[in-house]
Amino acid sequence: MVLVLALGDLHIPHRAADLPPKFKSMLVPGKIQHIICTGNLCIKEVQDYLKTLCPDLHITRGEYDEETRYPETKTLTIGQFKLGLCHGHQVIPWGDLDSLAMLQRQLDVDILVTGHTHQFTAYKHEGGVVINPGSATGAYSSITYDVNPSFVLMDIDGLRVVVYVYELIDGEVKVDKIDFKKTTTTTHSAH
Amino acid sequence: MMLNGAEDEEKWLAEGIAGIQHNAFYMHRALDSNNLREALKYSAQMLSELRTSKLSPHKYYELYMRAFDELRMLEMFFKDESKHGVSVVDLYELVQHAGNILPRLYLLCTVGSVYIKSKEAPVKELLKDLVEMCRGVQHPIRGLFLRSYLAQISRDKLTNIGSDHEGDVDTVMDAVEFVLQNFSEMNKLWVRMQNQEPGRAREKRKKERSELQDLVGKNLHVLGQIERVDLDMYKETVLPRVLEQVVNCKDDLGQYYLMDCIIQVFPDEYHLQTLEALLGACPQLQPTVDIKTVLSRLMDRLSKYAASSTDVLHEFLQVEAFTKLSNTIEKVIEVQVDMPAVGAITLYVSLLTFTLRVHPDRLDYADQVLGACVKKLSNMPKLEDSLATKQVVALLRAPLEKYNDIVTALTLSNYPRVMDHLDNGTNKVMAMVIIESIMKNNTCISTADKVEVLFELIKGLIKDLDGAVDELDEEDFKDEQNSVAKLIHMLYNDEPEEMGKIICIVWKHTMAGGPKRLPFTVPSLVFSALRLVRRLQGQEGDIVGEVVPATPKKIFQLLSQIIEALSAVPSPELALRLYLHCAEAAHDCDLEHVAYEFFTQTFVLYEEEIANSKAQLTAIHLIIGALQRMTVFGVENRDTLTHKATGYSARLLKKPDQCRAVYTCSHLFWVDDEDGIRDGERVLLCLKRALRIANAAQQMANVARGSSGPITLFVEILNKYLYFFEKGNQQITAAAIQDLIELINTEMQGDSANPGSDPDVFLASTLRYIQFQKQKGGIMGGKFESIEL
Repeated sequence: MVLVLALGDLHIPHRAADLPPKFKSMLVPGKIQHIICTGNLCIKEVQDYLKTLCPDLHITRGEYDEETRYPETKTLTIGQFKLGLCHGHQVIPWGDLDSLAMLQRQLDVDILVTGHTHQFTAYKHEGGVVINPGSATGAYSSITYDVNPSFVLMDIDGLRVVVYVYELIDGEVKVDKIDFKKTTTTTHSAH
Repeated sequence: MMLNGAEDEEKWLAEGIAGIQHNAFYMHRALDSNNLREALKYSAQMLSELRTSKLSPHKYYELYMRAFDELRMLEMFFKDESKHGVSVVDLYELVQHAGNILPRLYLLCTVGSVYIKSKEAPVKELLKDLVEMCRGVQHPIRGLFLRSYLAQISRDKLTNIGSDHEGDVDTVMDAVEFVLQNFSEMNKLWVRMQNQEPGRAREKRKKERSELQDLVGKNLHVLGQIERVDLDMYKETVLPRVLEQVVNCKDDLGQYYLMDCIIQVFPDEYHLQTLEALLGACPQLQPTVDIKTVLSRLMDRLSKYAASSTDVLHEFLQVEAFTKLSNTIEKVIEVQVDMPAVGAITLYVSLLTFTLRVHPDRLDYADQVLGACVKKLSNMPKLEDSLATKQVVALLRAPLEKYNDIVTALTLSNYPRVMDHLDNGTNKVMAMVIIESIMKNNTCISTADKVEVLFELIKGLIKDLDGAVDELDEEDFKDEQNSVAKLIHMLYNDEPEEMGKIICIVWKHTMAGGPKRLPFTVPSLVFSALRLVRRLQGQEGDIVGEVVPATPKKIFQLLSQIIEALSAVPSPELALRLYLHCAEAAHDCDLEHVAYEFFTQTFVLYEEEIANSKAQLTAIHLIIGALQRMTVFGVENRDTLTHKATGYSARLLKKPDQCRAVYTCSHLFWVDDEDGIRDGERVLLCLKRALRIANAAQQMANVARGSSGPITLFVEILNKYLYFFEKGNQQITAAAIQDLIELINTEMQGDSANPGSDPDVFLASTLRYIQFQKQKGGIMGGKFESIEL
């Protein structure tokens, strides 16, 4: 069981002062093995904070990030899964599944994690899974109205990944989960 | 009395103790054989050891205790008339025959103790007699111990005076009178000890005196324990007499100790009821007395007392405790002209702490204290003393910590004035403290007035103060400004009109912040304003406010101005992003011209200020991404903007960047909405153009590096072909796709790249995708049928 925290688009301090207190109290150091961050932290202080939660931290560049040297895309292998990470402002039309699927093919990954729209989504298609963890602070977005703060926790176990999404709705943390199984063939699978 | 050395002292003490033991031995023998005469003789000799002048108070005490223990035996003997056959009256006469005064008086006191208990004489007379006779010993140390002995042996009898003597008020008064007189005399002796010579002698004497202080203080303890001494007696007799002694002795050590003693010994309710008298003594004390500590301790006790019950609180108001304390502090500061700044401010800190604890709801009191401090600070040059500065900071922190809610502190009108008296550095530190308090408590500042006051308090952070030459470390400056940026999100009101006012105030202060600050503060302001715009969107018509109705248009005007200021810093990349956000927001409000104007500003910045190729590529992505979503533009406007965007794309420096930007432009001509634009031809034009660029890139790479170029570009373009093919763009045929696939295969074979390389992998997954689509069947399957892999 490997826990991967996926989050992004915090936009601290431009659009938000901090993570919601309820999220902060849930994110405890030592429980998570990897963190993948879609970008737009935006300042180093946020990177330092994430590092305290877990030393294996991967970040891709968002257009507002203070640190301009984060990579545009990143791939990493965790267990049986290949993960791809990209902020997503580079993939146009923004939030379009087919265009994201193209990126997924290009990076050749099972799970693609992108952000930018501040809207949580999890799609499964023949090429794999596309996840958007939304904005961890509920930051303003020109694309999405009424953004609820959200982040994703993936539990990778063998050929199976359970995606937990945590959303702060009206002051309460709601959790949902989605199961994905990886198959070695590309025939359409029951989802 | 100068001592020559610790060794000598030890020797003398040993000699003294030996002397006592020697005589005590014989005294015991006499007691055992009921020989009164002998007992008296040897006890007198024993007590003579106490006549020494050679010992320091510490050592003398040891000697005294030895004698004291022995005298207990003697007292028991005296008590038992059957043993010696002499009446206590006669005994009293008898002991006066002792040769030297000191032994005589010790013996007298011992007999006196027995005499009092026997009730054979009026207590009053006896006590008066004893306390006056002790006057015979004027040597400070010897006198103090003698009188201490008197106090000690009479103590039990005095404290029980109510019950023993049938509640006779006179008797209680007698007891009080006795103690007060003993106290007076002891205080005089004690004060007299102080050596007025400067230097070590003085310090040494001071130390010796502090060793003796509890002997004097004990008298007050006794007064506190006499049962029948009630509030009235305390008020009419005890306190005035004690204070008289304290003030008149004009001795700073004594005054400090005794004031503190009074405060600790007597109950708080007494203090409350005699506040005026007690405080009245304070300005009369010597200037060197640490009056601030005395007053602080008093206020501390009273605070705790106030917390004990709500009835008590009522009393505080009744006696006007706050006013009296406040006035006393003013008087003390006035009278003690040489009091340093730190002293005065510490007094205010204590008073404020008291006020916050006892009258937390009386913000006017708290403000009054701050006002008094401001007045004091105004009459002084700017604070340079770090201790004084620390106290001012403590003064400012107290309301923050008490109320845990900056909003309450903001209503204290004198608060910003106190801050004004801090030096620039400390002012900023305090401003950060305020911001931290807000962030930590998640406080929301929700009215324009309060925001204005808040910005007044933190002005050191948001603009350059007069005469401030800021040699601030870059990291520290960043931290400061990021804090201010975060703070802006805490300024919020649900009510759009009030929120509009808040935005205006923040805008005003942000504009005045200067170029160094704009890159930090402007984004926060912009997004806070756009949030408001979105709320206004949902409302019908304009909100008519008193002065300025809050409309999206007006807000966009403000934003346009401030983003322009930002771009001039120079900070063009950030400004470009903010312009685009405003354009998108204007689009959402259906304001075509405003949106167009923002796009214009964006393009101007792009053309004139964005030179770095990586920055250009990102900017292009943002421009295309935003423009692609715009539905508000009329045909002409849209054409102009898309033409510009495609133009920029084609002119990027690096060929791969060019290629990618150009094929991304294809999306400008195809929107997946019902009413969306679907210009199949122009899409194809873009893709073909991208292909040409990719070809050119290939050739250039061949020539320059002898290897092939980015085949991956072709695969990307292929994917785009597939995208639009699926969406139903008639201009893209299966044949075209087929051709493209073959082209790629050819390029791949000619390439020295190894299998498993990125383009290879990408192509493979693309072909897998095509296969998948073919197998879908239905319309999609039909489309893909003719593509052979």
